[in-house]
Amino acid sequence: MFGERVERREDLRLLTGGGRYTDDFEHDAAQAAFVRSEHAHARVLDVDVTGALEVDGVLGVYTHEDLTGGFAAPLPLLVPHEGIVRPRTQYALAAEEVCYAGETIVMVVATDRYVAEDAAGRIRVSYEPLEAIVDLARAADAGATVAHAGAPDNIAGRVSEEKGDVDGALANAPHVFEWRFEIERSASTPMEGRAVVARYDERDGMLMVYDSTQAPTGIRGGLAALFGVDLERVQVLAPDVGGGFGVKVMQFYPEEVLIPWAARRLGTPVKWTEDRREHFIGSNHERKQIHHVRVGCDDDGRILAFETRFVHDSGAYCPYGLIVPVITSAQLPGPYKLENYRYEFRAVYTNTVSTSPYRGAGRPQGAFVMERTLDRLARELALDPVDVRRRNLIQPDEFPYEVGVTFQDGGPTVYDSGDYPRGLELLLDAVGYAGFAAERERAAAEGRRLGLGLGCYVEGTGIGPYEGAAINVMGDGTVTVAIGLSTQGQAHETVFAQIAADELGVDVERVQVSTGDTRRIGYGVGTFASRSAGVAGNAVKRAARSVRHQAQEFAARLLEAAVDDIELADGAARVKGSPQSAIPLGRLALVANPLRYAYGAEATEAAVFARKAYSSGEAPLHEDATPGLNAVEYYSPRSGVFGFGMHAAIVEIDPDTCNLLVRRYVIVHDCGRVINPLVVDGQVQGGFAQGLGGAFFERIVYDDTGQIQNASFMDFLIPYATEVPAPELHHTETPSPSNELGVKGVGEAGAIAVPAVIANAVADALERPIDSMPLSPLQLFDMLHPDGNGR
Amino acid sequence: MKPAPFAYHRPRTREEVDGLLAEFGGEAKILAGGQSLIPILNMRLAAPAHVIDINGLADELVEPALLGGTVTIGPLVRHAAAEGSQLTATALPLLAQALAYVAHPAIRSRGTVVGSIAHADPAAELPAAFAALEGEARVRSARGSRSIAAPDLFVSHLETSLEEDEWIEEVRLPVQGVRGSAVEEFARRHGDYALCGVVALAEPRAGSRIVLALAYIGMGPAPVRLELPELTASDVAGDALEDAVRTLAHEQLEPEDDIHASARYRRWLAERLGVRAARRAAGALEKH
Ligand SMILES: Cc1cc2nc3c(=O)[nH]c(=O)nc-3n(C[C@H](O)[C@H](O)[C@H](O)COP(=O)(O)OP(=O)(O)OC[C@H]3O[C@@H](n4cnc5c(N)ncnc54)[C@H](O)[C@@H]3O)c2cc1C
Repeated sequence: MFGERVERREDLRLLTGGGRYTDDFEHDAAQAAFVRSEHAHARVLDVDVTGALEVDGVLGVYTHEDLTGGFAAPLPLLVPHEGIVRPRTQYALAAEEVCYAGETIVMVVATDRYVAEDAAGRIRVSYEPLEAIVDLARAADAGATVAHAGAPDNIAGRVSEEKGDVDGALANAPHVFEWRFEIERSASTPMEGRAVVARYDERDGMLMVYDSTQAPTGIRGGLAALFGVDLERVQVLAPDVGGGFGVKVMQFYPEEVLIPWAARRLGTPVKWTEDRREHFIGSNHERKQIHHVRVGCDDDGRILAFETRFVHDSGAYCPYGLIVPVITSAQLPGPYKLENYRYEFRAVYTNTVSTSPYRGAGRPQGAFVMERTLDRLARELALDPVDVRRRNLIQPDEFPYEVGVTFQDGGPTVYDSGDYPRGLELLLDAVGYAGFAAERERAAAEGRRLGLGLGCYVEGTGIGPYEGAAINVMGDGTVTVAIGLSTQGQAHETVFAQIAADELGVDVERVQVSTGDTRRIGYGVGTFASRSAGVAGNAVKRAARSVRHQAQEFAARLLEAAVDDIELADGAARVKGSPQSAIPLGRLALVANPLRYAYGAEATEAAVFARKAYSSGEAPLHEDATPGLNAVEYYSPRSGVFGFGMHAAIVEIDPDTCNLLVRRYVIVHDCGRVINPLVVDGQVQGGFAQGLGGAFFERIVYDDTGQIQNASFMDFLIPYATEVPAPELHHTETPSPSNELGVKGVGEAGAIAVPAVIANAVADALERPIDSMPLSPLQLFDMLHPDGNGR
Repeated sequence: MKPAPFAYHRPRTREEVDGLLAEFGGEAKILAGGQSLIPILNMRLAAPAHVIDINGLADELVEPALLGGTVTIGPLVRHAAAEGSQLTATALPLLAQALAYVAHPAIRSRGTVVGSIAHADPAAELPAAFAALEGEARVRSARGSRSIAAPDLFVSHLETSLEEDEWIEEVRLPVQGVRGSAVEEFARRHGDYALCGVVALAEPRAGSRIVLALAYIGMGPAPVRLELPELTASDVAGDALEDAVRTLAHEQLEPEDDIHASARYRRWLAERLGVRAARRAAGALEKH
């Protein structure tokens, strides 16, 4: 099964309305609505809730004053880092100061959402508006307006690191260039927003939470700690999740603690389902960074030193620590050898929604900076941008390759495997690079502007700490696989089934995968950072192998054969070369659970087996054996594994509308051994679509006062299928030596290079630098027609 | 995003609608396809005390009908029905051309032609088509009925000259006849409201001259029919048309800045799309 184009088993359910999302649970639950700050920065002077209390059907109206203990404290800072100088996280309900428009101030719980909104509309908040700082570049300046009253400046954290001797190399470099690159704010905006439903049973003290999250185990741990109860009293289910792209790996959003809190306090199930406006103003964003680059190179474009100083927009708080700029810093070098590399960043507070990873997570920024630098450098030195890349690529015999700076997990960044030159040559071939110059000239003769752009990336995937898998064989031969991380349609039900099916010799149809349910497996981390296949995949492999060993040992006992002579195939255990000896796996599982009571025809055999064991003087369960066929195993990687890819685009600018037309888009990618090419194609294609969004459509627009100008899908432009051309996909497979399956992640891959590639292509078409992304037709118009009325 | 409370009415006849409007007037909103009204209610941009759902009206035509030389469109004719109708294809190609740019199939299967015109969104396609075609709205109330011609209907952004107790019972559009037509627009995404759009009608005049009328989408508070000076076929192919459209774009349009486009860019689009649409409309003429 491994490596086959197995059709996605979840599609029928998901495409025919059979999915079950958080909002589908607890139909009669009370519902919450929130009063959110209208101001980007203000002191909250008074909250008058009397109007709300008069509304029929209101069950509770809560402000910060109603919260106690951990609920009244700032929410956790999720990913600690030694570079954080001024940690700030928000309160679940604002205490005195609000630092972005959208910050939660009051929670109303009512019989339904209509009533809750009616009541919320009657709450009067008095503010003392404070000056807001929105512009990232200005926020980073000394003496800037501060995003948090009383703070000395806006610096959340700063980190720098150096490999080699950058200053020395720059001093000796024949050419030194300095450029500035900027990438705008954007957001994940999954189709399903966030949602939380909680039910508390005071008789047994059990809290059941349904949460549209990428990390149910983390939510569970955090809630247990907040409520001060042991882990067993809290269960979290992330059912079908309608998209995440990173925004749902952030824990804890205010609603995630407040809804369980209200359910316990009111003794009734409570639900909150985010609406689209709330998502724009209350769920994390990402992307905004401004980079300054100094690069030194020789006459052939070989990079001798590279320095980037940059600022990262943290938004109002830093609940997710410094992960995004840390990833940028480690991954910016991509497939290129930088002997002398230095980065230095500051994460900066602004009065905007906080930021945390969005598919790509700091890598699109890094790739944009690196790839634009290479193209600009090639242009300055009148070199072929492809030659410049060729000269700087890490060679296949240089793995494992040490980048020389720290990876996001705190260890060194070490590339496990790759063949970058091969990927690049394949790409050039596929896109017809050699013939493009002539094509470009022909087009120019007709008054058409064509451009070709390239971009490469390396993606650190499959980070730890660990994932687990619980596998059980049922009496009817069904194999259940439970993994702790949740699923947003990435085909977990298919690929993990493939791995287990191979190991256990059963048809993939016999394997049922469940995800994100802490009742099935309580330990895990989450689905993000392209880590599910790499980490959970290897855990599934281990658990399945453990079950296989159990089956072999038990079958050996029954068949009186040597363990090594037993094989699992066609859903049964059998002596090799002796199909008539086959014992179906389900039957084996039943008998392997020696019974005292034969409660059904199938169980009789198990009871008889137990008697037989006793009669021959043996214990029915052997030493170290467990009843039935089941196992829980974990996999904890030592470090990440590094996928890579090369993209090329041919674009044209429509002279009438100044619209960008993507004529061709070619992708070569490598994610190690491919479990399922169909799924990988889908991931890459989806990533490309999202990348194109980030290159030409999506951006969060704030005005100077900190109000989002496009908090709806009408104005925040996610490209439709009509705007996304089908990319041409090519694979290479460089297995990872770091894990048993040889796999690497691919979830984010497709998105990373696209803004860089489109920028390079447009720069080629217009023969001018493109140093800020995303682009829009308006910007292209302004470039083409800088003054006069468009002529 | 849930609407504030309102009383819901579902009248069965046009007279009942008149009665409800006479009683609740300014407090009431008509609900047709709901594709504009429901979002407005859900975002609480409006909170009418009464919603009068006309989808229960009995015996309403669900497709455009031909009466004399006029195509009549009743209040429950959906975009999709108008777009797919044989009558539209033969008598009013411009309407079908404009409808192809209105949103997406799901929205077109609910939204109504009359609702779109009553909504008077200058960024919408149908008000511009209505203006270009010199349509008229049949308006009624308990006090009686009257006709309002296109130039008098649209007052400003989302504002018509209807009285509080009036509603549109149908829209009438003269058949296109020999006139050629075309629609051009540029939207960031297929089916979005356009950054700029234009509908064009070309009418043959004696001496192989052509009169071109343009009505722009999203280029001012209300769509207006704008006539170009009479042109010859070679004028249309050459600079004369370019100049005429440029003058018009500069003197007659009032584009605005927003986050997607500046007024300057919109004016540029108006020129380029105006020329394209005019040439295509004139081209359609030659085929007759
Ligand atoms: C996602 C989306 C995209 C869209 N894109 C476009 C687009 O690109 N171009 C475009 O033109 N439109 C677009 N629309 C709007 C759509 O075409 C609507 O159908 C249309 O604007 C209104 O028609 P309706 O029947 O839905 O009216 P409703 O929403 O029911 O009503 C709209 C308004 O008109 C009033 N009204 C309705 N009927 C009458 C009547 N008979 N007499 C008096 N008043 C009446 C209502 O009271 C209300 O104020 C879009 C809508 C959506 C949801």
